[in-house]
Amino acid sequence: MRIRAFAAVMAATVALPCIVQAADLEVTHWWTSGGEAAAVKELANAFNATGNKWVDGAIAGSGSTARPIMISRITGGDPMGATQFNHGRQAEELVQSGLMRDLSEVAEKGKWKEVIKPASLLDSCTFEGKIYCAPVNIHSWQWLWLSNAAFEKAGVPVPKDWNEFVAAAPKLKEAGIQPLALGGQPWQANNLFDALALSLGGKELFEKVYKDKDEEAAAGPEMAKIFAAAVQARELAKGNNVQDWNQATNLVITGKAGGQIMGDWAQGEFQQAGQTAGKEYTCLAGLGLNEVLATGGDAIYFPLLKDEAKIKAQDALAETIVDPKVQVAFNLKKGSVPIRGDVDMASANDCMKQGIAIIAKGGTTTSVDQLVTADTQKQKEDLMAEFFSKEMTPEAAQERFAEIIGSAD
Amino acid sequence: MADVSTLKTVAAGSGAAANRLSAGPRGRKPKRVLSRRNIMLYGILGLAALYYLLPLYVMVVTSLKGMPEIRLGNIFSPPVEITFEPWVKAWAEACTGLNCDGLSRGFWNSVKIMIPSVVVSIFVASVTGYSLANWRFKGSELFFSILIIGAFIPYQVMIYPIVIVLRELGIYGTLTGLIIVHTIFGMPILTLLFRNYFASLPEELFKAARIDGAGFWQIYGRIMLPMSLPIFVVAMILQVTGIWNDFLFGVVFTRPDTYPMTVQLNNIVNSVQGVKEYNVNMAATLLTGAVPLIVYFLSGRLFVRGIAAGAVKG
Amino acid sequence: MAQSTPSARPSQLFRNLNSKIASIPMIFVALVIFLGGSVWTVVYSFTNSRLLPRTNFVGLDQYERLWASARWIVSIQNLAIYGILSLIFSLVVGFVLAALMDQKIRFENVFRSIFLYPFALSFIVTGLVWQWILNPEFGIQAIVRSLGWETFEFNPVYDPDIVIYGILIAGLWQGTGLVMCLMLAGLRGIDEDIWKASRVDGIPMWRTYIFIVIPMMRPVFVTTLVIIGAGIVKLYDLVVAQTSGGPGNSSEVPAKYVYDYMFQAQNLGQGFAASTMMLLTVAIIIIPWAYLEFGGRKRG
Repeated sequence: MRIRAFAAVMAATVALPCIVQAADLEVTHWWTSGGEAAAVKELANAFNATGNKWVDGAIAGSGSTARPIMISRITGGDPMGATQFNHGRQAEELVQSGLMRDLSEVAEKGKWKEVIKPASLLDSCTFEGKIYCAPVNIHSWQWLWLSNAAFEKAGVPVPKDWNEFVAAAPKLKEAGIQPLALGGQPWQANNLFDALALSLGGKELFEKVYKDKDEEAAAGPEMAKIFAAAVQARELAKGNNVQDWNQATNLVITGKAGGQIMGDWAQGEFQQAGQTAGKEYTCLAGLGLNEVLATGGDAIYFPLLKDEAKIKAQDALAETIVDPKVQVAFNLKKGSVPIRGDVDMASANDCMKQGIAIIAKGGTTTSVDQLVTADTQKQKEDLMAEFFSKEMTPEAAQERFAEIIGSAD
Repeated sequence: MADVSTLKTVAAGSGAAANRLSAGPRGRKPKRVLSRRNIMLYGILGLAALYYLLPLYVMVVTSLKGMPEIRLGNIFSPPVEITFEPWVKAWAEACTGLNCDGLSRGFWNSVKIMIPSVVVSIFVASVTGYSLANWRFKGSELFFSILIIGAFIPYQVMIYPIVIVLRELGIYGTLTGLIIVHTIFGMPILTLLFRNYFASLPEELFKAARIDGAGFWQIYGRIMLPMSLPIFVVAMILQVTGIWNDFLFGVVFTRPDTYPMTVQLNNIVNSVQGVKEYNVNMAATLLTGAVPLIVYFLSGRLFVRGIAAGAVKG
Repeated sequence: MAQSTPSARPSQLFRNLNSKIASIPMIFVALVIFLGGSVWTVVYSFTNSRLLPRTNFVGLDQYERLWASARWIVSIQNLAIYGILSLIFSLVVGFVLAALMDQKIRFENVFRSIFLYPFALSFIVTGLVWQWILNPEFGIQAIVRSLGWETFEFNPVYDPDIVIYGILIAGLWQGTGLVMCLMLAGLRGIDEDIWKASRVDGIPMWRTYIFIVIPMMRPVFVTTLVIIGAGIVKLYDLVVAQTSGGPGNSSEVPAKYVYDYMFQAQNLGQGFAASTMMLLTVAIIIIPWAYLEFGGRKRG
């Protein structure tokens, strides 16, 4: 690993005088957990091999810390070379105000429209027919991660879906194991809720609420069931004393907690800990209930720059991101699904293969981030944070939920 | 900080206010060493001191333990096996993203940000305070009132307007920009201190200098400046700690390669890879706090004297 | 306050020119940054600006939403609890410590350094340390339990009902040293004769403090209030470092609401509305005081 990185750096420095366009490109992102950092390294090495230099601008503390900094820098007139955002509407206004670069040429050259699957990924990069971002990976949120050791200790078989998990929870408690791990940051509770909504409520309900912003559906009896399930989850998550998602994942890895609902990136942590799916841990896509995943993920956006060399470097990075080899290397480390269907993911583990298969079968819907604005997401986060930490009744929560959906745009 | 002792002597001899205030404590004289009063007095002070020292103790102890020991033991017990590994890791090895050079880079960035910011902000505030105290003009007090109210405005509120101002000036993301930001936000309190201090100096000096024909800058440079070392020390301490400890401006107005130490501290503490390494976090915390702590311990007495001279005259 | 300037004769724009030039930075900061920035914020709080400021006015919509938001209400309550308690405690503790320090004690420098050093540490550091000390698995709760009191409950990091008090403990630890210093400076400024006189009259010490010394220290208290007050309104870093506003929203504060909505939710209008409310609160408290202290006063 070290030697490869070294070689890449050497190659970059040696190649520097020969390639006129070579430039340093600062890339800001919030990939700082163990698995994420390993994945970034793959991307950086591949980019360095083009003769340019990746200047790492990691900002720790999840996207909610990092995004404000990125946005103030872009609007303040001191843009970085490239920056991560989640797929969706986070960068919408930056694009509208002409602060971001149009990548259509690169996209055309790389035939992005044909290779990138599902098409919704490229759609959310598209504004007025032009392409403004390079999708990096596909993430899905609806996964239940289970510690096999914890269930063994409790003397119950490893559950096959969310309902079995809930049923097994009392046994876990008896054995002194925290049934459900949940980090304290609001987005995690929000994610858990949306996962329940899609997996328990089904695609139709999910799209009615988040895509069509149907206030009636949000206030209706179908959604009430989701809130009832959320109350159960709240009970199971009581007593959690961790903040970060990967600390919560670590509870599952060490068998201190029975399970966690978290996106597929949690898988990178299991991998870093040297665990294999099926042996030490089990993953249930769609919480084992419903083979539909809401696909979101990360994309790299390129602010408008003046420096010719840097613009060339941006092109090189955009090409590198979509490159099949890079896609495989990056996503294996990150635990996410490649953005193109034509790459060989044979070396992926069982969990990833599960995800890839579901996506290939078309069991997808759009992620909430792409459907609603950051503002709506934040309001939901506030609500869920309150709901999961206090004795708020599901009825009261649902009423406020319906209001939020009703006022969303 | 080598000339603290010289500063002390100079300060002791300068300024009427400082002289009056350095006269020492008042109140009743202690009677016997072990009187009930003394036991109460030192008992309460001792207990209070314990409360204040506890966190420092916990930080030091935790930073010297290995992770297994932390997981098993309690946070107050001294380390069984002392290890400096966490310190080395915090300083030179801890990772954020792909950068694995710990806090060391941030330290020098902080120095580069701090020195010019401290110098500029103190100069600007002292001149402002001087003109407010000695050269009032119509409206000067009004501007000053606005400035003081400004001290209460949460920084978050001002970030956006400042981003716009800096963008229009074309210095967003530069060191100059950051220095200006620190000067702006240091201004209210520093100006208040300087204004009060200069106002407390004997008026006769100023008048005599005026009669001798000395102008604005001459009086500032030849009379006011030499007489006000204590308040400069206070201002320096406040700014050194304030700027060194700043997180918000550091993160918004710099780039990754110029991040100050606090931002890197936050990055290191929040880049959890697996388990939280409390010992590395605590070592990093201590390293980040080291500079202001040293400044405080070296200049505590001057600080009190300066505060007395500047702040007390509201 | 010295009125040393020879009173300016009317219609002399160039009189005190140097002073005016020297005051340009102050005027710039006061007018452009503080006043201008505030007015700008207030104006845009009536728009529906999202990620970027836009002049699409929507009346009071943002304010209606703000006051309907449970999180904002919690934030205000928390700030009130924290503000009132931290004012009371830091003034009382600071004054008592200063009075004790003023008793011609030995090791005064040592004690002072101990009380003051937390002030040198940033709120980020303070928050991290106290989060660690108050951590239920390792910190105080675990220690007390290991001493035999098994049911001891003290978890101000994860218990929503008392989390704000955990922040208060940390905040006081960081700030009372400075208050003590200011008070001590004030006490040292009190004339020795006052003490002599009260001793001669046989007035007990505590009465001398309360009825004679404290009223004489009014300027010190004012300065201290300004410094503590400014810190309270800005409470942000400490919360972020210690609890991130959690668990749930139980330790949220207004400054964090502003930041989160402006930057994370990308809803500038909402953030501006919240900051306008904060500005308004500050103005209601400060302007009368500033007027008395600095404005329309012609006493020297």
